[in-house]
Amino acid sequence: MTDLPPKIALSGVKKRFGEKVVLDGLDLTVGRSESLVVIGGSGTGKSVMLKCILGLLRPEEGSILVDGEETVSKTRGEREKLLRKFGMLFQGSALFDSLKVWENVAFGLVQGRRMPRLEAKEIALAKLAAVGLGPKVGELAPSELSGGMQKRVALARAIATEPEIIFFDEPTTGLDPIMADVINELIVKCVKDLGATALSITHDMASARKIADRIAMIYKGRIIWCGSRDDIDHSGNPYVDQFINGRAEGPIQMQVRAL
Amino acid sequence: MEFLAAIGRAFFIFLEATGRLALFTSRAVSHCFRPPIYFALVGRQMIDIGYYSLPVVGLTALFTGMVLALQSYTGFARFQAEGAVATVVVLSITRELGPVLAGLMVAGRIGAAMAAEIGTMRVTEQIDALTTLATNPMKYLVAPRLVAGLCMLPLLVVVADIIGVFGGFLVAVYKLNFNPANYLSKTWEYLQLMDVVSGLVKASVFGFFVALMGCYHGYHSKGGAEGVGNATTNAVVSASILILVSNYLITGMFFSK
Repeated sequence: MTDLPPKIALSGVKKRFGEKVVLDGLDLTVGRSESLVVIGGSGTGKSVMLKCILGLLRPEEGSILVDGEETVSKTRGEREKLLRKFGMLFQGSALFDSLKVWENVAFGLVQGRRMPRLEAKEIALAKLAAVGLGPKVGELAPSELSGGMQKRVALARAIATEPEIIFFDEPTTGLDPIMADVINELIVKCVKDLGATALSITHDMASARKIADRIAMIYKGRIIWCGSRDDIDHSGNPYVDQFINGRAEGPIQMQVRAL
Repeated sequence: MEFLAAIGRAFFIFLEATGRLALFTSRAVSHCFRPPIYFALVGRQMIDIGYYSLPVVGLTALFTGMVLALQSYTGFARFQAEGAVATVVVLSITRELGPVLAGLMVAGRIGAAMAAEIGTMRVTEQIDALTTLATNPMKYLVAPRLVAGLCMLPLLVVVADIIGVFGGFLVAVYKLNFNPANYLSKTWEYLQLMDVVSGLVKASVFGFFVALMGCYHGYHSKGGAEGVGNATTNAVVSASILILVSNYLITGMFFSK
């Protein structure tokens, strides 16, 4: 049996902004073809963790391995090659306003992989169909779509290049519960179809339960609990219990400033 | 001591900002020459900067030429030197007013638009999305705008020069009763190639600064709508200052003996 390294492995990752320590020695491992969801409150370092893995932010300390390869010390050119393995769905969708919907979906193929536009358009329309959007939607501008449709387009864009790793940043934020469930199901289907490794961050427990194989909880820049999705309700961790039950009382104290 | 510390802090902030701008400029310029080059985007920016700025630049040049003819006539009439009006108009327009006014108008129109567009892309994570789609934002967003700014402002200034001189001609002939043929011959008589070339060199430099400031401030904007607003203001103000300062330096290079 071949002993392949985990798809993503973070160890001792530290990142600070001025005096504020956001990641404080974070350790996390994501296995191949696994869907890991990181839960945690606002400002606990979830998005910064994703940005460090993608190289959008450089950590001050620690190691980030992708397929066993160190990425922190990579040059800009090397990182561009590495990014071809990744797809990402952004919290606010981050669709390009100046491009049509199909051009958004085909962007990674046309610009990143130098594919002819016609060929890329066919793939883009197929990916839009996979997320339940017809070819007419492809001709619209992103601003003409509802929030749920924009999320679907963003998902189609994230999977268009058939990446090995897909990141989902708060995929259901701002959506009604039904549309959130539609997006969750699409995420599960797309990730399974591609056989991709998925790393999601959310504070929506319904979403986490639906899309995760494993769940990790981040608090004050560290992973304080990690386990199977089925174990989350009896984790024995008071922080996890408070978070998943949405209680104000507990060890997690919200910082509320008097005005 | 507090006073000295404040000066020191301001000085270090200035050095940091200068260093950041220098690094941004060197990276952006290097991407203008390294493949892949996005010709379609360069073309689109050229149309935005050149074609869509024509009305505002043309109108500015027309009325500047007209005012210049009127003012120089009323001034020179005191010394019976009305014959110099055509020469003053053409030299002022080609050497100074054409490039400077076109630069300032484009800074207001294009520099602000660039900062707002790139700034919005920054705060809505579209620039991060570009990176995750294996596309370098400097190459995709900044380099085409720099090339277009550098190339299109000289063309705009050529048009502004012609319209400005025409504005002076209109006032001179129809309001001040100059002989048209005489006015045109005076316009050509003292105009030298260097007058036009210096204006075009200035225009290239101004176009580069306008695009650079728009991109730089947009690229580094943060904090939502307020951040984008600040970026837009800073882009226009800094581009205008750079235009005025570099105008003096380039004039010194071309015309000081």
